[in-house]
Amino acid sequence: MMAEHSLARWTDLRRFTSARVALGRAGNGLPTAAHLAFQAAHAAARDAVHDALDVTALLADLSAHGIATHSVASACPDRPTYLRRPDLGRALHPADRARLAAAQAPGSIAFVLCDGLSALAVQRHAAPLLARVLPALTPLPVGPVVVATQGRVALGDDIGAALGAGAVAVLIGERPGLSTPDSLGVYLTWVPRVGRADSERNCISNIRPEGLPVDEAADKLLWLIGAMCRLQCTGINLKDEQPALGGERAPSIGRN
Amino acid sequence: MGYQHSVNGQRFIFPDLPALFARASPLRSGDQLAGIAAASASERVAAQCALADVPLADIIARPLIPYEADEVTRLILDTHDRAAFAPIASLTVGGFRDFLLAAGAETLAALRPGLTPEIAAAVSKIMRLQDLIAVAAKCHLTTAFRNTIGLPGRISVRLQPNHPVDDPHGVAASTLDGLLLGAGDAVIGVNPATDNVAATTTLLRMLDDIRARYDIPTQTCVLAHVTTTLRCIEAGAPVDLVFQSIAGTEAANRGFGINLALLAEARDAALSLRRGTVGNNVMYFETGQGSALSANAHHGVDQQTIEARAYAVARHFSPLLVNSVVGFIGPEYLYDGKQIIRAGLEDHFCAKLLGLPMGVDVCYTNHAEADQDDMDSLLTLLAVAGVTFIMGVPGADDVMLSYQSTSFHDALYVRGVLGRAPAPEFAAWLERMGIADAPATDTIPPRMTPALIGLHDG
Repeated sequence: MMAEHSLARWTDLRRFTSARVALGRAGNGLPTAAHLAFQAAHAAARDAVHDALDVTALLADLSAHGIATHSVASACPDRPTYLRRPDLGRALHPADRARLAAAQAPGSIAFVLCDGLSALAVQRHAAPLLARVLPALTPLPVGPVVVATQGRVALGDDIGAALGAGAVAVLIGERPGLSTPDSLGVYLTWVPRVGRADSERNCISNIRPEGLPVDEAADKLLWLIGAMCRLQCTGINLKDEQPALGGERAPSIGRN
Repeated sequence: MGYQHSVNGQRFIFPDLPALFARASPLRSGDQLAGIAAASASERVAAQCALADVPLADIIARPLIPYEADEVTRLILDTHDRAAFAPIASLTVGGFRDFLLAAGAETLAALRPGLTPEIAAAVSKIMRLQDLIAVAAKCHLTTAFRNTIGLPGRISVRLQPNHPVDDPHGVAASTLDGLLLGAGDAVIGVNPATDNVAATTTLLRMLDDIRARYDIPTQTCVLAHVTTTLRCIEAGAPVDLVFQSIAGTEAANRGFGINLALLAEARDAALSLRRGTVGNNVMYFETGQGSALSANAHHGVDQQTIEARAYAVARHFSPLLVNSVVGFIGPEYLYDGKQIIRAGLEDHFCAKLLGLPMGVDVCYTNHAEADQDDMDSLLTLLAVAGVTFIMGVPGADDVMLSYQSTSFHDALYVRGVLGRAPAPEFAAWLERMGIADAPATDTIPPRMTPALIGLHDG
């Protein structure tokens, strides 16, 4: 006889993980409901990858928070090119480089809001995050806020260098998972310049209501910016100072 | 030395062997990104025709990456067995394709030490999918640790119970889900969300505990960096298998923080623990086309050839398991389902020809032009080709790595439709536990009670 508190139902496993456990079986296959739930989740992720950033709406959101912005594009003309040519997604459109040169803000921290692989994430979480961070920012002058389309993380290096910024924080849509179409990441880079390695940045990942909520992400970003200013660097050396931020992932196949 | 060939009234010239290999490679976005792909369909076929005329001996005599510049090249050439190579020494690449299609299993097995990755890659470039399948299906290799993997008529499954923050109960729940669906004979292997000694040790102890509680004849693994695993071994953690991502050039391996000496040290450390019961294959490697280019370490060589070179690294350490994570790297390397399917079969073919216990992570990311139908195609084709193992992820959705792999159900499907069984020791265990036919109801059989692995109510 089972003890009073022992679990005996397969579906009880669901309480321990967000993984798709205890789906049942139809022969060897998935029951129809589980199969179609998967298809719906994949559709949401696909749409998040391919939907364009609504720049007008985002600028209006930022304006409502009193945040003035520039908008730029990467060298990628469209999404299929973006997916095939990461090098172009890291480079500013030539016309925009000249425009940013007119907005130089030496020694400031610039913010780049970039669609990345999920415009949805930027659309939903970037403005609230910035609205929390900017008023509390003390160690560095707040530089320009730039909205960028068809961009990769390293586009922030090109933008930051064009502005002469002392640091750049890139808020970017992360590659959607099946259950996470709107996850935002932040990459912080000290003295941005073209050619910075990923090991020279610090990252806050999984910013979304069900992951790292915006308020907590703002606190982390402010802590990181403070530590960056004290240490005059970002990357591996800064990460070691704050093991609580974790996230030390070994290099593996298919880093994106 | 240059190569040339005319097709459809057009003459194409290829300056050297790396260029010829790259132009002959079936279309994929990674070679286009690297700027080395054929510029047209005609140029590609011309390169394939020219490649078919290249003597195998020339491929050995002219390393694509110089001997002096790369320790993987040195490994390949220093371990090349001339006697085993002798039966094919006078063949061209095209003649070798014909030879492979006609050869028997024993001939292919005897050939292994005489083959180099570049030879395997070259011939794969002029093979159709059915050729890659037909030849791979004739390559048999078994490895062993606590069970025997790779026997004919079998297909094994890596149970991959990842959790976004390595929560032990979450990992345990996914593990039990997989066991109930017949997965886990290749390995129960977790990708840790945090790669450090403390987190890895916690997972190692927890997985070893699950294995012991249910008395499962299988092996466990936490897929941390090799240096982390070495430190775990030093600290007395229960390490069955040492995992590492590897690539086909010294520079790309440097990007992974490894070299051949480090892998040898790790293998020795794992062997010293003597934890295997029916065998001593203690290494588990993952590979994938495009990793060298992403580390800017490809030497102008096409990504499929570089991938095959990683198998020389793997082969040197007598692994229990090797798998390509074929669709994980993203669309800048393999753009769509068509490219992923071809690459998965190439990787499996080359590895099997060279003598590896090759599995494939049949998978895709959400920014690739691929879907479940593509995965079903690749899974079925690989199973027909005799793939050693596949992944098993709850509902095909890896909630930690954010990509889609094969599910426990997918493994049941392929075992059912092709009549394949798990590793024999594991199959007997499934019988003993009353789950040889995965339970059709919501009731967990008493011998598999969740309480045994720390999953309690409330």
